[in-house]
Amino acid sequence: MKRFKLDWFVLPLVGIFAVLVLWQISASTWAKELPSPFKTWTASKDYILNPFAKRGEMDQGILRFTWYSLVLVAKGYAIALLIGTPIGFLLGLSTTFAKTFDPLIQILRPVSPLAWLPLGLVLFLGAGKQASEFGALFTIAICAMWPTVLNTAVGVRAIPQDYLNVAKVLKLSRSKTLLKVLIPAALPYMFTGFRLSLGIAWLVIVAAEMLTGRPGVGGFLWQEYNALVYEHIILCIITIGLVGFLLDRLMSLAEKRFKTA
Amino acid sequence: MMPFLEIKDVSKSFAGNSVLRDINLSIEKGEFVAIVGYSGAGKTTLISLVAGLLRPDAGALTLNDLEITEPGPDRGVVFQNYSLLPWLTVYENILLAVEQVSPNWSATKKQQYVQEHIELVNLGPARDKRPGELSGGMRQRVSLARALAMNPQILLLDEPLSALDALTRATLQNEIERIWERDRKTVVLITNDVDEGILLADRIIPLSAGPGATLGPSIPIDIPRPRDRKALNHEPRYQKIRREVINFLLGEGGKKHTVVARKLVLPEIEPEDLSAPRTLAGGKRRAVRRSEIKSEPVEVDG
Repeated sequence: MKRFKLDWFVLPLVGIFAVLVLWQISASTWAKELPSPFKTWTASKDYILNPFAKRGEMDQGILRFTWYSLVLVAKGYAIALLIGTPIGFLLGLSTTFAKTFDPLIQILRPVSPLAWLPLGLVLFLGAGKQASEFGALFTIAICAMWPTVLNTAVGVRAIPQDYLNVAKVLKLSRSKTLLKVLIPAALPYMFTGFRLSLGIAWLVIVAAEMLTGRPGVGGFLWQEYNALVYEHIILCIITIGLVGFLLDRLMSLAEKRFKTA
Repeated sequence: MMPFLEIKDVSKSFAGNSVLRDINLSIEKGEFVAIVGYSGAGKTTLISLVAGLLRPDAGALTLNDLEITEPGPDRGVVFQNYSLLPWLTVYENILLAVEQVSPNWSATKKQQYVQEHIELVNLGPARDKRPGELSGGMRQRVSLARALAMNPQILLLDEPLSALDALTRATLQNEIERIWERDRKTVVLITNDVDEGILLADRIIPLSAGPGATLGPSIPIDIPRPRDRKALNHEPRYQKIRREVINFLLGEGGKKHTVVARKLVLPEIEPEDLSAPRTLAGGKRRAVRRSEIKSEPVEVDG
């Protein structure tokens, strides 16, 4: 029991403490502009202790900002899954389709969200006020869908011939084969893709908000940088990290459930 | 009388390697036929042809005078590796088959029918378990129940018991016999166990060693049922049949050379042309690719 506490509780605290010390030393020696941990806390206190306060468009509690970001991520992520999963299935099922689109996917996959965003904004120029939201959603969706696409394709290709034989002997219709055999068989792989996609969607949100100036953690971060309130940059970084970590945990819990099922 | 299942001059090869050649077989309705042969001889290929999962290169297969062109639920298959869907329970696995074959039945009728088949293979307590929670023997019972629930015209058993331990095997052999006695369906049993074939079947046919395996003489098993496993060993007819099958498999049918593709991994030494000047680009050694690994057929005397 003692050992357990040391591993899971004390050691991470030691790690955090070490970083705080390094941060403090940096702030007082070579990086004069970097706010110290204590200064960061005093400046951010308000945002953390009243996490849902709304004082103005760009001056809100940190959880309120997080909520805006999460809503946008959820939308973009949903689009990514809705588009990515069928593409993954097509890639896995049809070699012709795979040969046609695989090179394209390999080329589009490494493109940075920062490169997609302007294109997204241009695409939805006609949407007027909503252009920035649509552009952001486009960017999130197109960046986040690749892990889902590729993992689904691998999952479909990895389905054992036995299961397909069962479907053939029973003469299952196409839709029934998909629902009763292909999807359940590929689900563990698909979930790994979903988890990776969510991680990327959360990464992209910051970039998207920065460039569009939408309220949210990323938008707040950029605004405070321009306002020279460096403490809040650190607050935002920590928040983004924590939220990303929690999302990943949640997804891996869901993933485990499906794997045992 | 027209044979129920007829296999006529069927040959099948994969990528130029002949697996089966000149297979001829007629099976009457209600007959239990066992086909024994070496592992790797093409037994599974033969059953896949009957199941319609593969198409022959030459010849034709007919069931009830209709040519077999695709798989269908009129031929219930029990695969060697169970082939149950692991995300469905025992009940759901069987229900999936029932729903396909009898979509018009009422929900209660389907439920009853599935339950009946679960009881038939003595799996009552495991009804709501998933295949992963079952032993190999139990999984094979589910697979058998699923095949039977399709109410097929013919039951194809592809080495159903070969992955099981000897004791489970014996129990399941008894069950297969009990179930077969119940409605005397036409059965083709593929096995590598001569004793299993003699115990269960009306007729046993050896399959010669591959490549280009073909069926040997058909040997009727005129031992009255029910056959007692213990008494069988002392039965002179049993010994005679056994000898005949084994003689064929070891003699005539096994004479053919078994060809094994052996991979030749070449040593990682490349002869270097010392007279050629070393260039920056040409100095690099290339790793041997999988496709470049040569394979050579090695003949083994059977």
